[in-house]
Amino acid sequence: MTTAALDIAAIRADFPILSREVRGRPLVYLDNAATTQKPRQVIEALTHYYSNTNANIHRGLHTLAEEATAAYEATRSKTAEFIGAAHPQEIVFTRNTTESLNLLAYTLGARLRPDDEIILSALEHHSNLVPWQLLAQRSGAKLRFIELTEDGEFDLDQARSLFNPRTRIVSVAHMSNVLGAIAPVADLVEFARAVDATVILDAAQSAPHMPVDVGALGVDFAAFSAHKMLGPTGVGVLWGKRELLADLDPFLGGGEMISVVNREESTWAALPHKFEAGTPNIADVIAFSAALDYLSAVGMQTVRDHDYALTAYAMERLSTIEGMEIYGPPGPERRGAVVAFNYADIHAHDIATILDSGGVAVRAGHHCAQPLMRVLQVPATARASFYLYNRESEIDALVDGLREAGSRFGLSV
Amino acid sequence: MPNREARNAVDLDDLYRDVILDHYRQPRNRGALESASIAAEGFNPSCGDEIQLSILLEDETVSALRFGGSGCSISQSSASMLTEALAGRSLADARELSGHVQDMLTDDGFDLDQVDLGDLEALSGVARFPVRIKCGLLAWKVLDQALARAAGEEPREYDDIPTRITSN
Ligand SMILES: Cc1ncc(COP(=O)(O)O)c(C=O)c1O
Repeated sequence: MTTAALDIAAIRADFPILSREVRGRPLVYLDNAATTQKPRQVIEALTHYYSNTNANIHRGLHTLAEEATAAYEATRSKTAEFIGAAHPQEIVFTRNTTESLNLLAYTLGARLRPDDEIILSALEHHSNLVPWQLLAQRSGAKLRFIELTEDGEFDLDQARSLFNPRTRIVSVAHMSNVLGAIAPVADLVEFARAVDATVILDAAQSAPHMPVDVGALGVDFAAFSAHKMLGPTGVGVLWGKRELLADLDPFLGGGEMISVVNREESTWAALPHKFEAGTPNIADVIAFSAALDYLSAVGMQTVRDHDYALTAYAMERLSTIEGMEIYGPPGPERRGAVVAFNYADIHAHDIATILDSGGVAVRAGHHCAQPLMRVLQVPATARASFYLYNRESEIDALVDGLREAGSRFGLSV
Repeated sequence: MPNREARNAVDLDDLYRDVILDHYRQPRNRGALESASIAAEGFNPSCGDEIQLSILLEDETVSALRFGGSGCSISQSSASMLTEALAGRSLADARELSGHVQDMLTDDGFDLDQVDLGDLEALSGVARFPVRIKCGLLAWKVLDQALARAAGEEPREYDDIPTRITSN
């Protein structure tokens, strides 16, 4: 695995923000799990849309509306292709991963009965936990949790034991935004099929960082966010198998999602419009197309290889620092490009502040995974997360910043 | 580029004063008072910092304080300094001091020369790090809550820093 396949300098030149300074230092952006930076192709697609095409879609008969509709639907097709969906109709645009998961919790949830069971894991982002808690409160369904091994991976034996005929739904993060751990999807699908449960993947971290083929994975639904994969904020994707989506009732009601509206009742538009009520985020969806083009041109396996190399390098460099605790799987093989850590008794927020003063942006806190923090028995962690424009020298800057933090706090560094 | 480096160093030195790091590493008055007249706690949901304060009041005077909790150096050292600065002060005096410290953290126009805050002046640099101001304020918000109750007033609610009285 080398990074030779990527021309990092050329890639970096596409991201205007990467040439800015922070506190007098070149920006070192290592908070990609929160959101990624945008290439000029995406920024230009946005301004191009507003300067040339802006119109509401699916309702006008004029040229602009036609062009906007075509561009919007073209992004849908491109998204379908990007994740190996069988048909563009299987792609629903939402605001973000969170909304996609809420959509599922409402629509699938309407069928649950008291004592039905929903399986989640101990490492879920609040987005893939709280909607199910709300559903459990509404329906009387019970939440069950897959526990983690010492290495922060799913405990498969314990996971297997959770599945039973009352299991209706299993919804897990494909890749953890804290531990980086990659879920054993094939096993979970096998367990779920045996009891006829629906499998949902929170692909918010995986879709941006590795080849994701929903067909090959064998899951039923997947959710992810454009903003974590070079695209604009405000666009989420829900993918679902066509027959399953078709079978669900709508989530939000209103314009666009209907076929015939009478005073007392209505019929629904065909997929995927049934789930896209009201004027969608047209401009950002269209600009997302440029992000997908960018990633496809680089190649998702190349992105994964680059992530892998950076993660390996970061783990190696960080582990040379005395007092460093790195969470999650020990090697880069079974994890993605996030490295969460704590450094001796320096609080993660102090680490983030000190790193920021050297231009290095990392996340510090509970990473929207408070239950996982309790499993790790820490109040917070710092987290560095990488993407295709990061390079080893930026990890060196991270390590330099950590040494600075150590010496400020009187550690031997 | 020595200038740039120097400017960064100055910034951080402003935040991480020796006094602050000293209180973080060797907190004063950590724990809880069994005989507390009043106890209160608060936490900062955006970052998870927690502070508990227990206070012994005798004749309208703060005679002893202890603090507990967990969090970053700023939140914990601020609480530790608070316990040192307040012991022996009258209720009214303690509330006035708390007002000054909070002004120092939040008010651009605050004049350090106007009041003598002693070691607490070390917290003044926090004001230049907007995302860390709440860390510095936490203990003082908890204190306000406790002292308002002690004075027989309805404690104020802070939207962004939930605090509550735990015993009185
Ligand atoms: C694993 C995971 N799930 C869900 C989300 C939520 O994504 P969003 O905030 O875009 O809805 C995130 C990102 O914050 C994430 O990392």
